[in-house]
Amino acid sequence: MGALDKITHNCKHATFLIEKKLIGRLTLREKIFLRIHLFGCGVCRLYQAQTTKINQMIRQLFLDTTKHDVKLTDEVKKEMQDRIEDELNKN
Amino acid sequence: MNIHIDPHSWVRAHADYLYAYTRARVNDEEQARDLVQETFLAALEKINTFEGRSSERTWLTAILRNKIIDHYRKKSSVLLNADVRQAEDEQTGFFNPDDGHWNSEPAPKHFGIDDYDPLRSKEFDHILMKCMQKLPALWLSVFTMKHMDDEATDIILAELKLTSSNFWVIIHRAKLNLRACLQKNWI
Repeated sequence: MGALDKITHNCKHATFLIEKKLIGRLTLREKIFLRIHLFGCGVCRLYQAQTTKINQMIRQLFLDTTKHDVKLTDEVKKEMQDRIEDELNKN
Repeated sequence: MNIHIDPHSWVRAHADYLYAYTRARVNDEEQARDLVQETFLAALEKINTFEGRSSERTWLTAILRNKIIDHYRKKSSVLLNADVRQAEDEQTGFFNPDDGHWNSEPAPKHFGIDDYDPLRSKEFDHILMKCMQKLPALWLSVFTMKHMDDEATDIILAELKLTSSNFWVIIHRAKLNLRACLQKNWI
């Protein structure tokens, strides 16, 4: 396999570089690899678009944490507050 | 005691928030509840250190955050990463082992995410959360510290005792599994 084929075929490495680029920095060599790869690989271009969007979704999910339906039951809450009161009364 | 702090109302005022914060990061309901309870008790013990410079909630969240990191540390050492091996198995078929090319079945395809605006609609949050919580404990911790908390990479390395190459491998692998899970489950 020629050097160019090694770049154009290696989607595993390309997706690794896409992730690295999203939150860090690529070396010059890595940048060149990724540019050549993406030029010829529509699947990895799609991966890049999707993974970028996933990052946005995660960030949004985090911002919305409080609006979630994830809630404690009243029973659990009462237990929690009781433990706190017990500790307060010890002092 | 500072007038801005009132343990009698902690649960009512903050428990749901702290629990949701934990559940986004810990894939176990019971452990998440325990972490919230422990946070309140730990906060009581050091209530004198609360100086009112941040809000009560911010202060409690900082205590909780440290508890969650401890939990990650313990969990990834106790499990000996059996869950990591399982998650790695899930992705062995993603790429051709010889040249690293996508195999056709698991390769990215167009699905609902491509014309979805994450800033406008929230309906897929539960799928996202479900898929995140399928990640191994260590991966989920690296992932949430980076993507949710926007923690500096060197802090994550130090807190979870990872090398930089471990870190990048985890970031990559976690995303491969997460994306595949979304593609599979998106309705």
